Amino acid sequence: MHPHPQPFSRLREKGAEPIRVIADMRTPFLIRFLNSLPRSGWIALALFAAVTLVLLPVLHVYVPHEHPLHVSNYVITLGGKVMCYAIVAVAMDLIWGYAGILSLGHGVFFALGGYAFGMYLMRQIGTDGSYHSHLPDFMVFLDWKELPWYWAGSDSFLWALVLVLVAPALLAYTFGYFAFRSRIKGVYFSIITQALTYAAMLFFFRNETGFGGNNGFTDFKRILGYDITSPEMRSILFALSALMLMATLLLGRWLMTSKFGRVLTAIRDAESRVMFMGYNPLHYKLFIWTLSAVLCSIAGALYVPQVGIINPSEMSPANSIEIAIWTAVGGRATLIGPVIGAALVNLSKSYFTVAFPEYWLFFLGALFVGVTLWLPEGVVGLWKRMKQKATA
Amino acid sequence: MNDGQTIQYTGWDDDTRAVGHMRTPGLDISHKVILYLEDISVSFDGFKALNNLNLTIDAGELRCIIGPNGAGKTTMMDVITGKTRPDTGTCYFGQTIDLTGMTEPEIAHAGIGRKFQKPTVFENHTVFENLELAMKTDKRALSSLFARLDDVGRDKIADTLRLIRLDKEAQRQAGLLSHGQKQWLEIGMLLMQEPQLLLLDEPVAGMTDDETERTGELFKSLAGKHSLVVVEHDMAFIEQLGGKVTVLHEGSVLAEGDLATVQADPRVVEVYLGR
Repeated sequence: MHPHPQPFSRLREKGAEPIRVIADMRTPFLIRFLNSLPRSGWIALALFAAVTLVLLPVLHVYVPHEHPLHVSNYVITLGGKVMCYAIVAVAMDLIWGYAGILSLGHGVFFALGGYAFGMYLMRQIGTDGSYHSHLPDFMVFLDWKELPWYWAGSDSFLWALVLVLVAPALLAYTFGYFAFRSRIKGVYFSIITQALTYAAMLFFFRNETGFGGNNGFTDFKRILGYDITSPEMRSILFALSALMLMATLLLGRWLMTSKFGRVLTAIRDAESRVMFMGYNPLHYKLFIWTLSAVLCSIAGALYVPQVGIINPSEMSPANSIEIAIWTAVGGRATLIGPVIGAALVNLSKSYFTVAFPEYWLFFLGALFVGVTLWLPEGVVGLWKRMKQKATA
Repeated sequence: MNDGQTIQYTGWDDDTRAVGHMRTPGLDISHKVILYLEDISVSFDGFKALNNLNLTIDAGELRCIIGPNGAGKTTMMDVITGKTRPDTGTCYFGQTIDLTGMTEPEIAHAGIGRKFQKPTVFENHTVFENLELAMKTDKRALSSLFARLDDVGRDKIADTLRLIRLDKEAQRQAGLLSHGQKQWLEIGMLLMQEPQLLLLDEPVAGMTDDETERTGELFKSLAGKHSLVVVEHDMAFIEQLGGKVTVLHEGSVLAEGDLATVQADPRVVEVYLGR
């Protein structure tokens, strides 16, 4: 018998899923990282980076308006928005597709990130608001004389970033701890998350809460002193969204090719078997749940300066359901699927709401029913099936 | 594929390969007994699934449990593994470990492995990954994030794959295996956990005669180093195993002894055949 049996990764059949590779312990980290994606994946990622980080920003900023190659404000803003949604869809996929936990309340984390960064944006308005006060307009309107205590530090950019990361993490961890410890699963968990986002929405609707009531935050002027509507700032926000999307995809890939990812999908498929093997699902679920919430929050913080408004309707139950639809349309338990799903649904949304505004919700509903009936694995599943047919 | 070679559990329990080997800490079998069940009662909505059950398993023993449907065999396993809390009674693993207050993962860590009645493998994972997940190691979430399979682990998996005769199927999805192969895979997963006590609920259901016989030989080779509790209906298989037999009926022990004695017991005959 060989003292060192051949590593099994070398016995793999050609064309097998690269996610199954179990890297050797002696392999350096960089190689392992590079191996986590197939060559075609890296090429696609590089192309995406070239287009979103260089090509589109350059065409937006440096090509004059009249030129046919000029990329308009509309395209940059829509693109940035869709990429933020795509981050949310991937975050949803981590928890739903891979861990089998359907959250119908992910909108609350997205909105929290938006509000956390929105507070900073409100303070950046300075005295340029309608009332020329150092307080945000809505506070003047409520006849408040000073900032509430929880607005302390909101004029600091760094503190805003801390809030974006910590606030949703705290909420998700606390909520998840009690829900997962009580072994709440399936549809019960989904209903509770709906209640969570609904309760948060009602809370933010109140004027006394101190986040602008039903109007939320808007009329932003500056980030770090720079004009928020300038082509340069728009391009930077667009590029940051693209970077974050790529980072989210790579992080997801790394997680799901690790042993952690294999345990997670095992929990999804046969939770009690995992427990009798000595794994405690609580910590696995809590980790991926909290991470997913933080990713949503970062997406929300990137989204708000690009669309220029955040209000409690982002926490409405329907918004959270829509997130699940993006992921389902694209294909669960694939990382690229949710990106495609988010782009497909939102681009058709911006077309439909202009062309046939009253039919959008019917279309969305039909889409969800259609995908559930005929495309249980989403667009990516369809693609895989077609490829199989072509090779067979 | 019975080529007549002797089936022996050539795992990693031998001293020549002690690297990475972990003994269950805190398990005290100084009185030669690995499991005590005392006066255990469990009722579901008034139905007494277990009724003052008393049972002890010796260290290294191979015990068979039989009994008609509803006798409480599976509930007993649920109590031992922490899935069901008993209403009354105590359940000790060795002299010192009280199982009644522990969670399923804690009990698994203490050294008790369980095979379910319906073979439960991770259908979307490969055979190799199923064994990798089962392997005795640090199973906390953060450790799994950075876990790497080393050569010792790879050898263990390769050994187990040969033992359960799935080495050709290592990279196949477990969901594509036959019923008997899934049973074998689950037994392999149990061995990867390196438990001191193995609970096996109908391990040969759905196996061919050949597979059943091989399973019996494997279990016999495990006994001594491990303790086994096998719940079965297949009398030929129980005869092959040759250990002590306990008959459960209506949640308590009806008879105990070797198979011939138990089968001759008029109370056992009555329970199985009816009046």
